[in-house]
Amino acid sequence: MIEIGLGHYLTLGAVIFTIGIVGIFLNRKNIIVILMSIELILLAVNINLVSFSIYLNDLSGQVFTLFILTVAAAEAAIGLAIIVVYYRNAGTIRVEEIDNLKG
Amino acid sequence: MIAHAIFFYVFSLIAIISAIMVTVSKNTVHSVFFLILDFISISCLFIMIGAEFLGMIMLIVYVGAVAVLFLFVVMMLNVAQQKNQWLLSKESSGHIPIGLIISALIFFELIIVIGGWKYKPDLFNSNNLDISSELSNTHSLGQILYTDYIHVFQISGMILLIAMIGAIVLTFRQREGVKKQSYIKQISRERSEGVEVLDVLSNKGVKIDD
Repeated sequence: MIEIGLGHYLTLGAVIFTIGIVGIFLNRKNIIVILMSIELILLAVNINLVSFSIYLNDLSGQVFTLFILTVAAAEAAIGLAIIVVYYRNAGTIRVEEIDNLKG
Repeated sequence: MIAHAIFFYVFSLIAIISAIMVTVSKNTVHSVFFLILDFISISCLFIMIGAEFLGMIMLIVYVGAVAVLFLFVVMMLNVAQQKNQWLLSKESSGHIPIGLIISALIFFELIIVIGGWKYKPDLFNSNNLDISSELSNTHSLGQILYTDYIHVFQISGMILLIAMIGAIVLTFRQREGVKKQSYIKQISRERSEGVEVLDVLSNKGVKIDD
């Protein structure tokens, strides 16, 4: 318990990843919270990569964390832009009311 | 070592609690605040285990840019007052038990993978070590980021550029009735369409239609 090893960090990553997935599955509010859950999932992946990089003495993990950060920022920007456009057209971003593609 | 353990447990507890609060809090603005708290505690963890450049970059990029972007959108769309119906909505709540079961299964799979994993015994003292002790973390990251990973680095720059263009194009709209200056129109104006010579009759005046 006192000795903090790689497993502790991986467990933290797993917990945050699962919370992100629960947030996507059970969300009944709006899409913005779903985007935030995706950010949580990417954060968990970053925790895994950084802890592996530190404990295995290999810098490639940190480099890839940097790239994941870039992709996450781009994804947040594009997703929020899509949400703004959708709200302008439909007037709502509640998850239940977005059913345009429902057959 | 005991300080490391104490700080790890404190930061990870804050991170997990704020991650839960992101998903269950009633107000979307509060969700964004808890997301900021989550990012800050995780970046403290990164700084603590020796990835200080990534910790600082996470503070700048996530807290300074992405979370503020989320706050702006929440403020602009006026969704903060929407009632929370998490786990309570009458219609379409049939997928909630299945979602919980699948999430629990994912969690247990991850825990099994983490717990039952054996490293190769010579992995920790293998020779291809990139982290040297005399260079700082930022220095060594820069040394391999601009040499080995230069193409990937430039591609990530292109991704950011495309994301910026895409966001601008998506949210741009042309409003009616906004007066704009157009240089082409101004320059290509002829004398014939700008000036007209009229004969003014006395006692009648001129009628100019505009």
